[in-house]
Amino acid sequence: MSRKNLYNVGALLAGLGVTFKYMFKRKPTIQYPSRKKKHAPRFHGLHELRRYGDGKERCIGCELCSSVCPANAITVIGAENSPADRRSPGERYAARYEIDELRCIFCGMCEEACPTDAIVLTPRFEMSDYRRGSFIYSKDRLLVPPEAGTGLAPDDRPNGIPSDLGRVAEIKSTVSTDEGYDATWRGTILKTQTKGLAE
Amino acid sequence: MTPQSSIWWMVLIKCAVLLLVVITTFAYAMLAERKVMGWMQLRPGPNRVGPWGLLQPAVDAVKLILKEDLTPKTADPLIYRLAPFISLVTAFAVYAVIPFSEPGPGNVWAVGDVNAGILLILAMTSIGVYGISLGGWASGSKYPLLGSVRSTAQLVSYELAMGMSLVGVLILAGTTSLVGIVNSQAKLWFFIPQIVGFIIYVITAVAETNRAPFDLVEADAELVGGFNTEYSGLRFGLFFIAEYINMLTVSCIATLLFLGGWNAVVGLTIVPGIVWFLLKVAFFMFAYIWLRSSFPRIRYDRLMAFGWKVLLPVATLNLIITAAYVAVRG
Repeated sequence: MSRKNLYNVGALLAGLGVTFKYMFKRKPTIQYPSRKKKHAPRFHGLHELRRYGDGKERCIGCELCSSVCPANAITVIGAENSPADRRSPGERYAARYEIDELRCIFCGMCEEACPTDAIVLTPRFEMSDYRRGSFIYSKDRLLVPPEAGTGLAPDDRPNGIPSDLGRVAEIKSTVSTDEGYDATWRGTILKTQTKGLAE
Repeated sequence: MTPQSSIWWMVLIKCAVLLLVVITTFAYAMLAERKVMGWMQLRPGPNRVGPWGLLQPAVDAVKLILKEDLTPKTADPLIYRLAPFISLVTAFAVYAVIPFSEPGPGNVWAVGDVNAGILLILAMTSIGVYGISLGGWASGSKYPLLGSVRSTAQLVSYELAMGMSLVGVLILAGTTSLVGIVNSQAKLWFFIPQIVGFIIYVITAVAETNRAPFDLVEADAELVGGFNTEYSGLRFGLFFIAEYINMLTVSCIATLLFLGGWNAVVGLTIVPGIVWFLLKVAFFMFAYIWLRSSFPRIRYDRLMAFGWKVLLPVATLNLIITAAYVAVRG
Protein backbone atom coordinates (compact mmCIF):
# COMPACT_ATOMS: atom_id res chain seq x y z
CA MET A 1 0.00 0.00 0.00
CA SER A 2 1.48 3.28 -0.99
CA ARG A 3 1.76 6.13 1.42
CA LYS A 4 -0.80 8.03 -0.64
CA ASN A 5 -3.37 5.29 -0.16
CA LEU A 6 -2.61 4.87 3.52
CA TYR A 7 -3.64 8.42 4.31
CA ASN A 8 -6.52 8.48 1.85
CA VAL A 9 -9.37 9.25 4.22
CA GLY A 10 -11.95 9.14 1.44
CA ALA A 11 -11.04 5.54 0.67
CA LEU A 12 -11.28 4.61 4.35
CA LEU A 13 -14.76 6.15 4.59
CA ALA A 14 -15.82 4.39 1.40
CA GLY A 15 -14.72 1.13 2.99
CA LEU A 16 -16.77 1.84 6.08
CA GLY A 17 -19.72 2.60 3.81
CA VAL A 18 -19.42 -0.78 2.13
CA THR A 19 -19.49 -2.71 5.39
CA PHE A 20 -22.38 -0.61 6.70
CA LYS A 21 -24.38 -1.30 3.55
CA TYR A 22 -23.70 -5.03 3.76
CA MET A 23 -24.96 -5.12 7.33
CA PHE A 24 -28.51 -4.69 6.05
CA LYS A 25 -28.28 -7.04 3.10
CA ARG A 26 -30.24 -10.26 3.02
CA LYS A 27 -28.20 -13.12 4.40
CA PRO A 28 -27.91 -16.17 2.14
CA THR A 29 -27.56 -18.57 5.08
CA ILE A 30 -29.95 -21.51 5.18
CA GLN A 31 -30.53 -22.62 8.78
CA TYR A 32 -29.55 -26.15 7.88
CA PRO A 33 -30.78 -28.66 10.41
CA SER A 34 -34.15 -26.97 10.77
CA ARG A 35 -34.55 -25.93 7.15
CA LYS A 36 -33.28 -27.93 4.24
CA LYS A 37 -32.83 -27.55 0.57
CA LYS A 38 -34.69 -30.03 -1.55
CA HIS A 39 -32.41 -31.76 -3.95
CA ALA A 40 -33.01 -32.69 -7.54
CA PRO A 41 -35.17 -35.80 -7.87
CA ARG A 42 -32.24 -37.71 -9.32
CA PHE A 43 -29.63 -36.41 -6.88
CA HIS A 44 -27.06 -39.12 -6.19
CA GLY A 45 -27.30 -39.95 -2.50
CA LEU A 46 -27.65 -43.01 -0.34
CA HIS A 47 -28.39 -46.33 -2.08
CA GLU A 48 -31.50 -48.41 -1.80
CA LEU A 49 -32.41 -51.92 -2.86
CA ARG A 50 -35.91 -52.01 -4.33
CA ARG A 51 -38.61 -54.69 -4.35
CA TYR A 52 -41.23 -55.86 -6.78
CA GLY A 53 -44.90 -55.22 -6.16
CA ASP A 54 -45.37 -58.70 -4.70
CA GLY A 55 -42.68 -58.03 -2.10
CA LYS A 56 -39.89 -60.05 -3.78
CA GLU A 57 -36.42 -58.58 -3.94
CA ARG A 58 -35.38 -57.27 -7.30
CA CYS A 59 -31.71 -58.11 -6.77
CA ILE A 60 -30.70 -61.41 -8.39
CA GLY A 61 -27.16 -61.45 -6.98
CA CYS A 62 -25.47 -61.10 -10.40
CA GLU A 63 -22.65 -58.89 -8.99
CA LEU A 64 -22.65 -56.58 -12.01
CA CYS A 65 -22.85 -53.55 -9.72
CA SER A 66 -19.93 -54.84 -7.72
CA SER A 67 -17.78 -55.35 -10.79
CA VAL A 68 -18.67 -52.01 -12.37
CA CYS A 69 -18.10 -50.03 -9.18
CA PRO A 70 -15.04 -47.81 -9.75
CA ALA A 71 -14.45 -47.41 -6.01
CA ASN A 72 -14.80 -51.10 -5.14
CA ALA A 73 -17.40 -50.15 -2.59
CA ILE A 74 -19.92 -52.92 -3.22
CA THR A 75 -19.71 -56.50 -2.03
CA VAL A 76 -22.32 -58.98 -3.28
CA ILE A 77 -22.47 -62.65 -2.37
CA GLY A 78 -25.22 -64.45 -4.21
CA ALA A 79 -27.07 -67.60 -3.22
CA GLU A 80 -29.54 -69.95 -4.91
CA ASN A 81 -33.22 -69.46 -4.24
CA SER A 82 -34.81 -72.55 -2.74
CA PRO A 83 -38.41 -73.39 -3.69
CA ALA A 84 -39.36 -73.15 -0.04
CA ASP A 85 -37.93 -69.67 0.43
CA ARG A 86 -38.03 -67.62 -2.76
CA ARG A 87 -36.41 -64.26 -2.12
CA SER A 88 -36.34 -63.09 -5.74
CA PRO A 89 -38.14 -64.12 -8.92
CA GLY A 90 -34.89 -65.29 -10.55
CA GLU A 91 -32.70 -68.26 -9.75
CA ARG A 92 -30.42 -66.42 -7.39
CA TYR A 93 -30.65 -63.67 -4.82
CA ALA A 94 -28.15 -61.59 -2.83
CA ALA A 95 -27.37 -63.41 0.39
CA ARG A 96 -25.14 -60.52 1.39
CA TYR A 97 -25.19 -57.08 -0.13
CA GLU A 98 -22.90 -54.48 1.44
CA ILE A 99 -21.92 -50.99 0.36
CA ASP A 100 -19.14 -49.09 2.05
CA GLU A 101 -20.52 -45.57 1.86
CA LEU A 102 -17.16 -44.09 2.82
CA ARG A 103 -15.63 -45.56 -0.34
CA CYS A 104 -18.61 -44.81 -2.56
CA ILE A 105 -18.21 -41.85 -4.90
CA PHE A 106 -21.93 -41.71 -5.72
CA CYS A 107 -21.32 -41.95 -9.46
CA GLY A 108 -24.40 -44.06 -10.14
CA MET A 109 -22.67 -46.73 -12.25
CA CYS A 110 -24.23 -49.49 -10.13
CA GLU A 111 -27.64 -48.07 -10.90
CA GLU A 112 -26.89 -48.16 -14.64
CA ALA A 113 -25.38 -51.63 -14.58
CA CYS A 114 -28.23 -53.26 -12.68
CA PRO A 115 -30.29 -55.45 -15.06
CA THR A 116 -33.32 -55.48 -12.75
CA ASP A 117 -33.27 -51.86 -11.49
CA ALA A 118 -32.73 -53.21 -8.00
CA ILE A 119 -30.06 -50.81 -6.77
CA VAL A 120 -30.94 -47.13 -7.05
CA LEU A 121 -29.48 -43.95 -5.60
CA THR A 122 -31.93 -41.96 -3.49
CA PRO A 123 -31.56 -38.23 -2.85
CA ARG A 124 -30.91 -38.83 0.85
CA PHE A 125 -27.57 -37.42 1.86
CA GLU A 126 -27.53 -37.17 5.67
CA MET A 127 -25.54 -40.24 6.61
CA SER A 128 -23.23 -38.83 9.25
CA ASP A 129 -22.39 -41.10 12.15
CA TYR A 130 -19.84 -41.52 14.90
CA ARG A 131 -18.20 -44.79 13.89
CA ARG A 132 -16.61 -45.86 10.65
CA GLY A 133 -18.17 -49.27 10.91
CA SER A 134 -21.65 -47.83 10.67
CA PHE A 135 -20.95 -46.56 7.18
CA ILE A 136 -20.94 -50.10 5.83
CA TYR A 137 -24.57 -50.46 4.86
CA SER A 138 -25.77 -54.02 4.57
CA LYS A 139 -29.08 -55.38 3.39
CA ASP A 140 -30.88 -54.61 6.63
CA ARG A 141 -30.50 -50.92 5.94
CA LEU A 142 -30.38 -50.89 2.15
CA LEU A 143 -33.39 -53.03 1.36
CA VAL A 144 -36.78 -51.34 1.38
CA PRO A 145 -38.73 -52.91 4.22
CA PRO A 146 -41.71 -54.93 2.94
CA GLU A 147 -44.26 -52.69 4.62
CA ALA A 148 -42.76 -49.58 2.97
CA GLY A 149 -43.69 -50.64 -0.57
CA THR A 150 -41.38 -51.16 -3.47
CA GLY A 151 -39.20 -48.08 -3.44
CA LEU A 152 -39.21 -45.60 -6.28
CA ALA A 153 -37.10 -45.67 -9.40
CA PRO A 154 -35.43 -42.32 -10.07
CA ASP A 155 -37.79 -41.65 -12.99
CA ASP A 156 -40.81 -41.99 -10.74
CA ARG A 157 -39.79 -39.34 -8.24
CA PRO A 158 -41.91 -36.27 -8.94
CA ASN A 159 -40.22 -33.70 -6.72
CA GLY A 160 -37.39 -33.93 -4.29
CA ILE A 161 -36.94 -36.45 -1.56
CA PRO A 162 -39.83 -38.88 -1.39
CA SER A 163 -40.79 -39.38 2.21
CA ASP A 164 -41.77 -43.05 1.84
CA LEU A 165 -38.33 -44.35 1.01
CA GLY A 166 -37.49 -47.19 3.26
CA ARG A 167 -36.24 -47.67 6.76
CA VAL A 168 -33.26 -45.32 6.71
CA ALA A 169 -35.54 -42.40 6.12
CA GLU A 170 -37.40 -43.27 9.30
CA ILE A 171 -34.26 -43.76 11.33
CA LYS A 172 -32.16 -40.91 10.06
CA SER A 173 -34.58 -38.17 9.17
CA THR A 174 -35.00 -35.69 12.00
CA VAL A 175 -37.19 -33.28 10.13
CA SER A 176 -40.13 -33.72 7.86
CA THR A 177 -38.76 -33.81 4.36
CA ASP A 178 -41.69 -31.79 3.07
CA GLU A 179 -40.50 -28.65 4.86
CA GLY A 180 -37.33 -28.32 2.83
CA TYR A 181 -36.48 -25.70 0.30
CA ASP A 182 -36.92 -26.29 -3.37
CA ALA A 183 -33.69 -27.13 -5.05
CA THR A 184 -31.30 -24.55 -6.40
CA TRP A 185 -30.44 -26.70 -9.36
CA ARG A 186 -32.49 -24.63 -11.79
CA GLY A 187 -32.59 -20.87 -11.96
CA THR A 188 -36.35 -20.52 -11.59
CA ILE A 189 -36.33 -22.24 -8.24
CA LEU A 190 -33.93 -19.73 -6.74
CA LYS A 191 -36.87 -17.39 -6.27
CA THR A 192 -38.81 -19.76 -4.04
CA GLN A 193 -35.67 -20.30 -2.04
CA THR A 194 -35.08 -16.65 -1.29
CA LYS A 195 -38.71 -16.33 -0.20
CA GLY A 196 -38.01 -18.69 2.66
CA LEU A 197 -35.01 -16.63 3.73
CA ALA A 198 -37.05 -13.60 4.65
CA GLU A 199 -37.33 -14.53 8.29
CA MET B 1 -25.43 3.41 61.91
CA THR B 2 -22.88 6.16 61.86
CA PRO B 3 -22.77 8.36 58.78
CA GLN B 4 -19.25 7.09 58.14
CA SER B 5 -20.29 3.45 57.96
CA SER B 6 -23.36 4.24 55.86
CA ILE B 7 -21.07 5.78 53.25
CA TRP B 8 -19.04 2.59 53.17
CA TRP B 9 -22.17 0.51 52.74
CA MET B 10 -23.29 2.78 49.93
CA VAL B 11 -19.95 2.39 48.17
CA LEU B 12 -20.00 -1.37 48.59
CA ILE B 13 -23.48 -1.67 47.14
CA LYS B 14 -22.59 0.60 44.27
CA CYS B 15 -19.48 -1.49 43.55
CA ALA B 16 -21.47 -4.72 43.50
CA VAL B 17 -24.11 -3.30 41.18
CA LEU B 18 -21.49 -1.79 38.91
CA LEU B 19 -19.54 -5.03 38.72
CA LEU B 20 -22.68 -6.86 37.70
CA VAL B 21 -23.65 -4.26 35.13
CA VAL B 22 -20.18 -4.04 33.61
CA ILE B 23 -19.80 -7.81 33.31
CA THR B 24 -23.23 -8.18 31.74
CA THR B 25 -22.45 -5.35 29.37
CA PHE B 26 -19.21 -7.08 28.45
CA ALA B 27 -21.05 -10.32 27.73
CA TYR B 28 -23.53 -8.67 25.44
CA ALA B 29 -20.93 -6.43 23.85
CA MET B 30 -19.24 -9.63 22.78
CA LEU B 31 -22.46 -11.04 21.43
CA ALA B 32 -23.16 -7.75 19.65
CA GLU B 33 -19.73 -7.85 18.11
CA ARG B 34 -20.25 -11.34 16.75
CA LYS B 35 -23.70 -10.46 15.50
CA VAL B 36 -22.74 -7.19 13.82
CA MET B 37 -19.60 -8.64 12.30
CA GLY B 38 -21.67 -11.53 11.05
CA TRP B 39 -24.17 -9.21 9.41
CA MET B 40 -21.42 -7.22 7.78
CA GLN B 41 -20.02 -10.46 6.39
CA LEU B 42 -23.44 -11.65 5.20
CA ARG B 43 -23.81 -14.19 7.99
CA PRO B 44 -26.55 -14.28 10.64
CA GLY B 45 -24.12 -14.56 13.57
CA PRO B 46 -24.69 -16.75 16.61
CA ASN B 47 -28.33 -17.81 16.75
CA ARG B 48 -28.35 -21.35 18.13
CA VAL B 49 -28.34 -20.83 21.89
CA GLY B 50 -31.49 -19.28 23.21
CA PRO B 51 -33.77 -16.99 21.23
CA TRP B 52 -31.75 -14.94 18.73
CA GLY B 53 -28.56 -16.34 20.29
CA LEU B 54 -29.12 -14.33 23.47
CA LEU B 55 -27.79 -17.05 25.76
CA GLN B 56 -24.54 -17.38 23.82
CA PRO B 57 -22.45 -15.39 26.35
CA ALA B 58 -23.54 -17.70 29.19
CA VAL B 59 -22.55 -20.75 27.20
CA ASP B 60 -19.21 -19.18 26.30
CA ALA B 61 -18.53 -18.47 29.94
CA VAL B 62 -19.29 -22.05 30.92
CA LYS B 63 -17.01 -23.28 28.17
CA LEU B 64 -14.13 -21.08 29.31
CA ILE B 65 -14.58 -22.08 32.95
CA LEU B 66 -14.64 -25.79 32.19
CA LYS B 67 -11.60 -25.74 29.94
CA GLU B 68 -8.26 -26.98 31.19
CA ASP B 69 -6.01 -24.31 32.68
CA LEU B 70 -2.52 -24.99 31.38
CA THR B 71 0.72 -23.43 32.57
CA PRO B 72 3.64 -24.04 30.18
CA LYS B 73 6.76 -25.64 31.65
CA THR B 74 8.91 -22.68 30.62
CA ALA B 75 6.56 -20.12 32.11
CA ASP B 76 7.25 -18.06 35.20
CA PRO B 77 4.43 -19.51 37.28
CA LEU B 78 3.67 -16.61 39.60
CA ILE B 79 3.73 -13.82 37.02
CA TYR B 80 2.04 -16.01 34.45
CA ARG B 81 -0.89 -16.52 36.79
CA LEU B 82 -0.91 -12.96 38.05
CA ALA B 83 -0.94 -11.19 34.68
CA PRO B 84 -4.61 -11.74 33.76
CA PHE B 85 -5.64 -10.35 37.11
CA ILE B 86 -3.57 -7.20 36.61
CA SER B 87 -5.37 -6.66 33.31
CA LEU B 88 -8.79 -7.31 34.79
CA VAL B 89 -8.42 -5.36 38.02
CA THR B 90 -7.11 -2.25 36.31
CA ALA B 91 -9.86 -2.52 33.71
CA PHE B 92 -12.51 -2.67 36.44
CA ALA B 93 -10.91 -0.06 38.69
CA VAL B 94 -11.59 2.66 36.14
CA TYR B 95 -15.34 2.36 36.71
CA ALA B 96 -14.90 3.62 40.27
CA VAL B 97 -14.79 7.21 39.02
CA ILE B 98 -16.90 7.24 35.87
CA PRO B 99 -20.09 9.25 36.45
CA PHE B 100 -22.99 7.76 34.53
CA SER B 101 -25.47 10.55 34.93
CA GLU B 102 -25.96 13.99 36.40
CA PRO B 103 -25.22 14.06 40.15
CA GLY B 104 -28.26 15.12 42.17
CA PRO B 105 -28.23 16.59 45.69
CA GLY B 106 -26.39 14.16 47.95
CA ASN B 107 -26.30 11.56 45.22
CA VAL B 108 -23.61 10.85 42.64
CA TRP B 109 -24.09 8.41 39.78
CA ALA B 110 -20.64 7.00 40.41
CA VAL B 111 -18.91 5.01 43.10
CA GLY B 112 -16.79 8.02 43.93
CA ASP B 113 -16.74 11.54 42.55
CA VAL B 114 -13.01 12.19 42.39
CA ASN B 115 -11.92 15.67 41.41
CA ALA B 116 -9.02 14.27 39.39
CA GLY B 117 -11.07 11.47 37.82
CA ILE B 118 -9.59 11.64 34.35
CA LEU B 119 -6.07 11.34 35.77
CA LEU B 120 -7.03 8.25 37.72
CA ILE B 121 -8.49 6.69 34.58
CA LEU B 122 -5.35 7.39 32.56
CA ALA B 123 -3.17 6.02 35.34
CA MET B 124 -5.21 2.83 35.61
CA THR B 125 -5.26 2.17 31.89
CA SER B 126 -1.48 2.67 31.86
CA ILE B 127 -1.03 0.06 34.54
CA GLY B 128 -3.18 -2.26 32.46
CA VAL B 129 -0.29 -2.53 30.00
CA TYR B 130 1.57 -4.55 32.60
CA GLY B 131 -0.99 -7.31 32.40
CA ILE B 132 -0.39 -7.78 28.71
CA SER B 133 3.38 -7.33 28.66
CA LEU B 134 4.03 -9.44 31.76
CA GLY B 135 1.62 -12.12 30.57
CA GLY B 136 3.41 -12.35 27.25
CA TRP B 137 6.84 -12.34 28.81
CA ALA B 138 6.04 -14.86 31.54
CA SER B 139 4.60 -17.36 29.05
CA GLY B 140 8.16 -18.39 28.17
CA SER B 141 7.32 -18.78 24.49
CA LYS B 142 8.28 -16.79 21.42
CA TYR B 143 4.98 -15.58 19.99
CA PRO B 144 3.59 -14.25 23.25
CA LEU B 145 6.92 -12.51 23.85
CA LEU B 146 6.74 -10.81 20.44
CA GLY B 147 3.17 -9.82 21.15
CA SER B 148 4.01 -8.31 24.50
CA VAL B 149 7.02 -6.43 23.12
CA ARG B 150 4.78 -4.97 20.46
CA SER B 151 2.12 -4.12 22.99
CA THR B 152 4.55 -2.25 25.19
CA ALA B 153 5.91 -0.24 22.28
CA GLN B 154 2.48 0.39 20.80
CA LEU B 155 0.74 1.37 24.01
CA VAL B 156 3.54 3.66 25.14
CA SER B 157 3.64 5.39 21.75
CA TYR B 158 -0.08 5.90 21.44
CA GLU B 159 -0.59 6.87 25.05
CA LEU B 160 1.41 10.05 24.40
CA ALA B 161 -0.83 11.18 21.57
CA MET B 162 -3.90 10.14 23.57
CA GLY B 163 -2.84 12.20 26.58
CA MET B 164 -2.11 15.20 24.35
CA SER B 165 -5.52 14.98 22.72
CA LEU B 166 -7.23 14.93 26.11
CA VAL B 167 -5.34 17.89 27.55
CA GLY B 168 -7.06 20.18 25.03
CA VAL B 169 -10.42 19.27 26.59
CA LEU B 170 -9.07 19.75 30.10
CA ILE B 171 -7.85 23.25 29.21
CA LEU B 172 -11.24 24.21 27.76
CA ALA B 173 -13.10 22.80 30.76
CA GLY B 174 -10.62 24.14 33.30
CA THR B 175 -11.06 21.09 35.53
CA THR B 176 -10.00 17.45 35.74
CA SER B 177 -13.20 16.36 37.44
CA LEU B 178 -15.32 14.29 35.07
CA VAL B 179 -18.54 15.81 36.38
CA GLY B 180 -17.07 19.27 35.91
CA ILE B 181 -15.98 18.47 32.36
CA VAL B 182 -19.43 17.22 31.42
CA ASN B 183 -21.14 20.21 33.03
CA SER B 184 -18.96 22.61 31.06
CA GLN B 185 -20.28 20.97 27.87
CA ALA B 186 -23.87 21.93 28.61
CA LYS B 187 -23.94 24.45 25.75
CA LEU B 188 -21.38 23.08 23.31
CA TRP B 189 -20.03 19.55 23.22
CA PHE B 190 -16.25 19.54 23.10
CA PHE B 191 -16.01 17.47 19.96
CA ILE B 192 -16.85 20.60 17.95
CA PRO B 193 -14.10 22.95 19.20
CA GLN B 194 -11.80 19.97 19.74
CA ILE B 195 -12.56 18.12 16.51
CA VAL B 196 -8.86 17.41 15.90
CA GLY B 197 -8.41 16.15 19.43
CA PHE B 198 -11.56 14.04 19.08
CA ILE B 199 -10.35 12.32 15.92
CA ILE B 200 -6.93 11.70 17.42
CA TYR B 201 -8.51 10.35 20.59
CA VAL B 202 -10.71 7.90 18.67
CA ILE B 203 -7.75 6.62 16.65
CA THR B 204 -5.46 6.25 19.66
CA ALA B 205 -8.23 4.65 21.69
CA VAL B 206 -8.47 1.88 19.11
CA ALA B 207 -4.73 1.37 19.37
CA GLU B 208 -4.77 1.53 23.17
CA THR B 209 -7.30 -1.27 23.41
CA ASN B 210 -5.44 -3.42 20.87
CA ARG B 211 -8.37 -3.60 18.53
CA ALA B 212 -8.31 -4.02 14.77
CA PRO B 213 -6.89 -2.38 12.67
CA PHE B 214 -4.25 -1.78 15.37
CA ASP B 215 -4.37 -5.26 16.91
CA LEU B 216 -0.67 -5.90 16.37
CA VAL B 217 -0.53 -7.29 19.89
CA GLU B 218 -2.77 -10.19 19.01
CA ALA B 219 -2.16 -10.37 15.26
CA ASP B 220 -3.65 -13.85 14.90
CA ALA B 221 -2.21 -14.23 11.42
CA GLU B 222 1.42 -13.78 12.50
CA LEU B 223 1.58 -14.43 16.23
CA VAL B 224 -1.02 -17.20 16.62
CA GLY B 225 -2.82 -15.27 19.37
CA GLY B 226 -0.18 -12.78 20.42
CA PHE B 227 0.40 -12.25 24.11
CA ASN B 228 -2.35 -14.69 25.12
CA THR B 229 -1.24 -17.64 22.96
CA GLU B 230 -0.29 -19.85 25.92
CA TYR B 231 -3.29 -18.95 28.02
CA SER B 232 -6.33 -21.17 28.15
CA GLY B 233 -9.51 -21.55 30.09
CA LEU B 234 -10.50 -18.96 32.62
CA ARG B 235 -7.21 -17.06 32.49
CA PHE B 236 -7.67 -16.50 28.78
CA GLY B 237 -11.19 -15.45 29.59
CA LEU B 238 -9.94 -12.82 32.01
CA PHE B 239 -7.78 -11.23 29.31
CA PHE B 240 -10.77 -11.37 27.02
CA ILE B 241 -13.00 -9.64 29.56
CA ALA B 242 -10.32 -7.03 30.19
CA GLU B 243 -10.09 -6.23 26.49
CA TYR B 244 -13.81 -5.64 26.16
CA ILE B 245 -14.03 -3.67 29.37
CA ASN B 246 -11.21 -1.47 28.12
CA MET B 247 -13.24 -0.91 24.97
CA LEU B 248 -16.13 0.16 27.16
CA THR B 249 -13.84 2.40 29.19
CA VAL B 250 -12.47 4.33 26.25
CA SER B 251 -16.01 4.64 24.90
CA CYS B 252 -17.07 6.09 28.25
CA ILE B 253 -14.16 8.56 28.24
CA ALA B 254 -14.95 9.63 24.70
CA THR B 255 -18.56 10.16 25.72
CA LEU B 256 -17.67 12.13 28.84
CA LEU B 257 -14.97 14.29 27.33
CA PHE B 258 -16.15 14.86 23.79
CA LEU B 259 -19.82 13.96 23.38
CA GLY B 260 -21.19 15.80 26.39
CA GLY B 261 -21.69 12.82 28.70
CA TRP B 262 -25.29 12.74 29.91
CA ASN B 263 -26.22 16.03 28.21
CA ALA B 264 -29.25 15.51 26.00
CA VAL B 265 -29.19 15.91 22.23
CA VAL B 266 -30.93 19.17 21.12
CA GLY B 267 -32.85 19.73 24.33
CA LEU B 268 -34.53 16.30 24.55
CA THR B 269 -34.34 16.46 28.33
CA ILE B 270 -37.37 14.18 28.75
CA VAL B 271 -35.05 11.24 28.18
CA PRO B 272 -33.00 10.72 31.35
CA GLY B 273 -29.29 11.46 31.29
CA ILE B 274 -28.27 7.87 31.91
CA VAL B 275 -30.00 6.82 28.69
CA TRP B 276 -28.15 9.46 26.69
CA PHE B 277 -24.90 8.35 28.25
CA LEU B 278 -25.50 4.70 27.40
CA LEU B 279 -26.62 5.55 23.88
CA LYS B 280 -23.45 7.49 23.24
CA VAL B 281 -21.31 4.68 24.66
CA ALA B 282 -23.18 2.18 22.50
CA PHE B 283 -22.47 4.32 19.47
CA PHE B 284 -18.73 4.14 20.16
CA MET B 285 -18.89 0.41 20.76
CA PHE B 286 -20.60 -0.04 17.42
CA ALA B 287 -17.93 2.10 15.78
CA TYR B 288 -15.31 -0.24 17.20
CA ILE B 289 -16.96 -3.29 15.71
CA TRP B 290 -17.51 -1.45 12.48
CA LEU B 291 -13.84 -0.55 12.21
CA ARG B 292 -12.82 -4.10 12.96
CA SER B 293 -14.91 -5.59 10.19
CA SER B 294 -13.84 -2.94 7.68
CA PHE B 295 -10.10 -2.48 7.88
CA PRO B 296 -7.15 -4.84 7.52
CA ARG B 297 -4.40 -4.83 10.11
CA ILE B 298 -1.87 -2.03 9.65
CA ARG B 299 1.80 -2.92 9.22
CA TYR B 300 3.91 -2.56 12.35
CA ASP B 301 6.35 0.07 11.09
CA ARG B 302 3.45 2.04 9.61
CA LEU B 303 1.73 1.91 12.98
CA MET B 304 4.77 3.37 14.71
CA ALA B 305 5.35 5.96 12.00
CA PHE B 306 1.71 7.01 12.15
CA GLY B 307 1.77 7.33 15.92
CA TRP B 308 5.00 9.29 16.21
CA LYS B 309 5.10 11.29 12.97
CA VAL B 310 1.44 12.13 12.49
CA LEU B 311 -0.67 11.73 15.61
CA LEU B 312 1.76 13.12 18.17
CA PRO B 313 2.73 16.31 16.24
CA VAL B 314 -0.88 17.03 15.30
CA ALA B 315 -2.04 16.47 18.87
CA THR B 316 0.70 18.75 20.18
CA LEU B 317 -0.21 21.44 17.66
CA ASN B 318 -3.84 21.13 18.66
CA LEU B 319 -2.87 21.49 22.30
CA ILE B 320 -0.76 24.60 21.64
CA ILE B 321 -3.51 26.28 19.61
CA THR B 322 -6.11 25.49 22.28
CA ALA B 323 -3.88 26.77 25.03
CA ALA B 324 -3.12 29.96 23.12
CA TYR B 325 -6.83 30.49 22.41
CA VAL B 326 -7.77 30.05 26.07
CA ALA B 327 -4.91 32.32 27.17
CA VAL B 328 -5.90 35.09 24.75
CA ARG B 329 -9.62 34.87 25.54
CA GLY B 330 -8.72 34.84 29.23
